[in-house]
Amino acid sequence: MKGTEAFQELLPLIKDDEPVVHANGFICRESFALKDRKANFYMIGSMGLASSIGLGVALCKPEKKVIIIDGDGNVLMALGTLAMIAAEAPENLFHVVIDNEVYESTGSQRSLSGKVQLEEIAKSSGYKNVFRVEKKEDVKPQFLRLKELPGPNFLLIKVEPCFDHSTGRVTHTPEEITERFMEAVG
Amino acid sequence: MPSLTSQSFIKRLIQEDYKFFTGVPCSLLSGLIYELEDQQEARYIPAVREDAAVGLCTGAYLAGARPVMLMQNSGLGYSLNAFTSLNLIYHIPMLVIMSWRGKDGKDAPEHIIMGDIDKQLLQTAGMEYSLLNEGNCDSVLQKAKKKIGEEKLPYTLIVEKGLFDERH
Ligand SMILES: Cc1ncc(C[n+]2csc(CCOP(=O)(O)OP(=O)(O)O)c2C)c(N)n1
Ligand SMILES: [Mg+2]
Repeated sequence: MKGTEAFQELLPLIKDDEPVVHANGFICRESFALKDRKANFYMIGSMGLASSIGLGVALCKPEKKVIIIDGDGNVLMALGTLAMIAAEAPENLFHVVIDNEVYESTGSQRSLSGKVQLEEIAKSSGYKNVFRVEKKEDVKPQFLRLKELPGPNFLLIKVEPCFDHSTGRVTHTPEEITERFMEAVG
Repeated sequence: MPSLTSQSFIKRLIQEDYKFFTGVPCSLLSGLIYELEDQQEARYIPAVREDAAVGLCTGAYLAGARPVMLMQNSGLGYSLNAFTSLNLIYHIPMLVIMSWRGKDGKDAPEHIIMGDIDKQLLQTAGMEYSLLNEGNCDSVLQKAKKKIGEEKLPYTLIVEKGLFDERH
């Protein structure tokens, strides 16, 4: 499955009021291009921090399902945050990783996730439910199942790099992203 | 002069509605962190790195909390990219309580350079700070409140050795 197809499968399954924190690079741009939402936090810098930002939102908004859409390179940069998430164990946190085994945003240099299984790291850290999908038809059922189960949960989606470089950048300013997100999350 | 203690300072922060705390320990801040662990009204979440603590505070702020991060000045290096590419451009405020190791060149070797340049780093990044002392708690918290509440930017309080008790 191509990275774009993974987004096409899962974005329609997210409810309007569910906060989504995106990793930097193509993850932000892909999601923005396919479906812009006020409850989307587009993290354009601070590589690695989507997971800790998502944890902060989840801990302070326990009544909302908080989704983190992360990248393999981002997760590898902040492996320790998996331990923080597992230790705090917010039931409402759902961590989705788009794993293309490369740093696609900077020219598809290989990352370590071709050799290291990120979902095993999440599992041994203490995430409650961990699943890995490789086939497009499995994305929807597994995403919906893990979104409903008490978390923290982890879904690793193996994809092929395919980003279309003509896809635009996020057009909202960082300040607008903050304001929109806070308004949507309430 | 009213004496400032770890307990009174934490109580004061909670009164100011700072109730979400995270960070990476420093011995100079150990009294504060032990106090935090005893509070019913506040939570302290141990962070693995200072940049992750900045991320955590960012999420907490986005979800309506008033976050505080405690760190040693050695953690400033780890967190600068988070401040410059996240908080300062998104206008996401937080209170930073940073210890000053390496003051006046009198400390373990690993602290000397950062102890010399940490204030300049903050200034270069355009991040406002104050040195907290026994007598200026009210005024610096007022400044912090303005920066955080009105400009929506981080504010740093620097803590020297001996200001708060150390618990080992
Ligand atoms: C601290 C830091 N180092 C490097 C970069 C450059 N950079 C931007 S996106 C990115 C790749 C992110 O990789 P991944 O999370 O796997 O997402 P992908 O690009 O594959 O979608 C890199 C290295 C950066 N923005 N910040
Ligand atoms: Mg990648």
